[in-house]
Amino acid sequence: MDKSAYKHVYVFVEQRDGVIQPVAFELLGKARDLADALGEKVVALFPGYQIANSCQTLIEHGADEVICADNAQLKDYLTEQYVQVITQVIEEYKPSILLLGATTIGRDLGPRLAARITTGLTADCTRLEISEDRELWSTRPAFGGNLMATIVNSTHRPQMSTVRPGVMQKREADPTRNGEIINFEPKLDESKFKVRLLETVKEDKGKVDITEAKILISGGRGVGCKENFEKLEQLAGVLDAEVSTSRAMVDAGIMPHDRQVGQTGKTVRPNLYFALGISGAIQHLAGMEESDFIVAINKDKFAPIFQVSDLGIVGDVNKIVPLLTERLAQELKK
Amino acid sequence: MKIVVCIKQVPDTTEIKINPVTGTLIRDGVPSIMNPDDKGALEMALRLKDQYGAHVTVITMGPPQADLILREAFAMGADRAILLTDRRFAGADTLATSNALAGALKTMDFDIVFAGRQAIDGDTAQVGPEMAEHLGLPQVSYVIDLNVKNENTVIVKKETEDGYQMLEADTPCVLTVLASANKARYMSVAGIVNAYNREVEIWSADSIDVDESKLGLKGSPTKVQKSFAKGLKQAGEVFEVDAEEAVGIIVSKLKEKFII
Amino acid sequence: MNFNLTKTQELFRQMIREFAEKEVKPLAAEIDEQERFPAETVKKMAELGIFGIPVPTQYGGAGGDNLMYSIAIEELSRACATTGVVVSAHTSLCVAPIMEHGTEEQKMKYLPKLASGEWIGAFGLTEPNAGTDAAGQQTTAVLDGDEWVLNGNKIFITNAGPAHVYIVIAMTDKSLKTKGISAFIVEAGTPGFEIGKKELKMGIRGSATAELIFNNCRIPKGNLLGKIGGGFPIAMKTLDGGRIGIAAQALGIAQAALDETVKYTKERKQFGKAIGQFQNTQFQMADLKTKVEAARLLVRSAAFKKDSGVPYSPDAAMAKLFAAETAMEVTTKAVQFHGGYGYTREYPVERMMRDAKITEIYEGTSEVQRMVIAANLYK
Repeated sequence: MDKSAYKHVYVFVEQRDGVIQPVAFELLGKARDLADALGEKVVALFPGYQIANSCQTLIEHGADEVICADNAQLKDYLTEQYVQVITQVIEEYKPSILLLGATTIGRDLGPRLAARITTGLTADCTRLEISEDRELWSTRPAFGGNLMATIVNSTHRPQMSTVRPGVMQKREADPTRNGEIINFEPKLDESKFKVRLLETVKEDKGKVDITEAKILISGGRGVGCKENFEKLEQLAGVLDAEVSTSRAMVDAGIMPHDRQVGQTGKTVRPNLYFALGISGAIQHLAGMEESDFIVAINKDKFAPIFQVSDLGIVGDVNKIVPLLTERLAQELKK
Repeated sequence: MKIVVCIKQVPDTTEIKINPVTGTLIRDGVPSIMNPDDKGALEMALRLKDQYGAHVTVITMGPPQADLILREAFAMGADRAILLTDRRFAGADTLATSNALAGALKTMDFDIVFAGRQAIDGDTAQVGPEMAEHLGLPQVSYVIDLNVKNENTVIVKKETEDGYQMLEADTPCVLTVLASANKARYMSVAGIVNAYNREVEIWSADSIDVDESKLGLKGSPTKVQKSFAKGLKQAGEVFEVDAEEAVGIIVSKLKEKFII
Repeated sequence: MNFNLTKTQELFRQMIREFAEKEVKPLAAEIDEQERFPAETVKKMAELGIFGIPVPTQYGGAGGDNLMYSIAIEELSRACATTGVVVSAHTSLCVAPIMEHGTEEQKMKYLPKLASGEWIGAFGLTEPNAGTDAAGQQTTAVLDGDEWVLNGNKIFITNAGPAHVYIVIAMTDKSLKTKGISAFIVEAGTPGFEIGKKELKMGIRGSATAELIFNNCRIPKGNLLGKIGGGFPIAMKTLDGGRIGIAAQALGIAQAALDETVKYTKERKQFGKAIGQFQNTQFQMADLKTKVEAARLLVRSAAFKKDSGVPYSPDAAMAKLFAAETAMEVTTKAVQFHGGYGYTREYPVERMMRDAKITEIYEGTSEVQRMVIAANLYK
């Protein structure tokens, strides 16, 4: 393979209902670093429908070029439709690097795409860098977050990685940046469309995504039951925080999966993280240990959570939480 | 209805501990288990067996010891088991793994292929969709529920970050399933008693429909450059006090840190 | 000679341990606290076939062996001794005698429902005046036409209440002493058969232990188990098998207390180091571990002999004697190692200590086991 034919750092810009997802801006920020290290361009690959107005903001956030594929067939994400258009872009433009967000869309699209164009893909990366020999080094956690592995693809192009949301830093928008917008007309083969979207339902989990919350009140096995989670909700109400949980409570059907912090849930880094009745299994720690300040309350004084907490309390969460809620309510009124 | 479920034997990563002195992984004595998402996929298949009398085949790629999870699948209710084992498969990344599995599936007849969304040792979620591409079949990933609409169509519920989608897929298709989709059944006692009386078919690279250059290390674009253990941060203070006092400590600490 | 479990037994151990950890252990403290029969767990166990482990497949069982059955009781009891005894009393004391002494008709009628767990089984031997001296039976059964008429009381009956099928030992001819004792199958709901008061116990508090009251209870003639006058050997044989179950229960309790203590002594620090680092701890724990392993070998050897069809009565007695006394010793020391915490219900070892005690008493006290072992030694 003639690797020199492949150039520039491409970012798949994920939109839902026309709204560009935060991870796309994070990827543009990182792509900028990588492209600068290579002396190449950042290209935003933007499929969707009636999205032309959003191209400029991608440039302001770091793209040098935007390849905009505006087509009614691309309104909602469907695997085959998106794979066809991106494959055509790759074949025509030959990117050196293609980054996708490790979202439910990116992790569905990435591997299908990698298999179609026969290249390597590194999943759910938390660090990207350019090596001395100009290869992309993608670092990711493995073994339940116990191990970090750096993966390279030196034989195939493009080098593809999906990147964990919330990890890379987006850049502040710079309205003075200029870039080129290219309208791309995909040639779609509809005979291959075998999956139809019937309905998209946003569950009113009534709340902010836990990855966006500044304060998280996270409850685990020690909280025990649904009724006790109400107490956590009350504390969250006082602190304007969100309630999250550990895998045990999701497996037990007490909390929904979208509230789960950890290796198989979400990675969070709030300013304040309450670990309430969470023992601190390694998978959980993987998702929250980078929080700025961690308060842990657990009955078991030997719980591993106390090894990562900034403040630990040995005690019964179900007794302490109501008192704490009451006290904080008073404090914040002052 | 014919179903194939792709399963993998993985180390139980919840049992892996870090040596606090050296910061390295302690892998000794870590049990090998059926990957949890794969078990969710198998359970979904077995429910189709309960409901429609579907025939369920399980297939795994791995070393000979992976026989254990196939026996487990038999004891849960699977009808047929295939172990893809060959040195030529070794060193495979997700692309090469998906080529081997797809090569095996190309020789088989099925309506639905199930796989787990991802394996807990790698957490890539890539093998399912890559396999679907090699087979040229539609895929839906992150599946949490399934209904059979008619002979040629299934309706699936796919979990998303902020809710779910309902999708209709033509069969044959590839579905990747979350462990949280269901509570997998335990092996039955009678199933266990019979598990070792049944035949696990052993397939090599010669048994499947794939170009050998796409297998193993040779067929893997990605390589591990280096790996290292992730260190834990230092522990803070821990207090063992009554609830009132605990509240006082928390509040004053949060004030001190200007969090409130 | 091979001390390894077979692959099948190993796969079974994997399943039952996972089941015990996930489904049984989380309820252990609650059912103890509330003295509540674990009906929800019984239902789950029934679905998996745990109530019919050694029952042949033609009678609706799993077709497993007694070693698997002993592993089941050990693992269940490791999580919750109450749950262990529910299965043990059912299998050893009700299913086994029907399997071993029942007519084909009785087997076809009772075993499929017992093996599937649709029906739970129990066994009534002990009376107010017939405990260790089981020959002193006062419950009577008199043939009246096509029916046996039962009168009398049985006490301390495990599973009494939740059970549907009771093996009841009664005197059919007092003049013949033990040779005048017969065994019967009595179904719950038979007129004249009532469950008396439930005992409040020190340990295994979730298991139902109650009195059986027979007041002109009429059962069909065909419900005689074995021969007329053959009840005493049936009872003794049944208890031989039951002892493997109780030995396994004791072993499970001992293992659980050992596990808890290792965990605690690794983490609990006094005088600047983990108490598990002190040689006093290590030496005591080494002794306890050795005893637990020895108990396991005795239990498995007795179960293996039963599976091999060779006499195992003294083996079962030795297994029960040693495992029960080991369970008592390990749990008592576990509480001691836990100090003040061990005496509270925050830690499970106090429950294990209460649960362990019964294993030295029921299905033959430790003294009875010594009698059985000695009788075999001096025969």
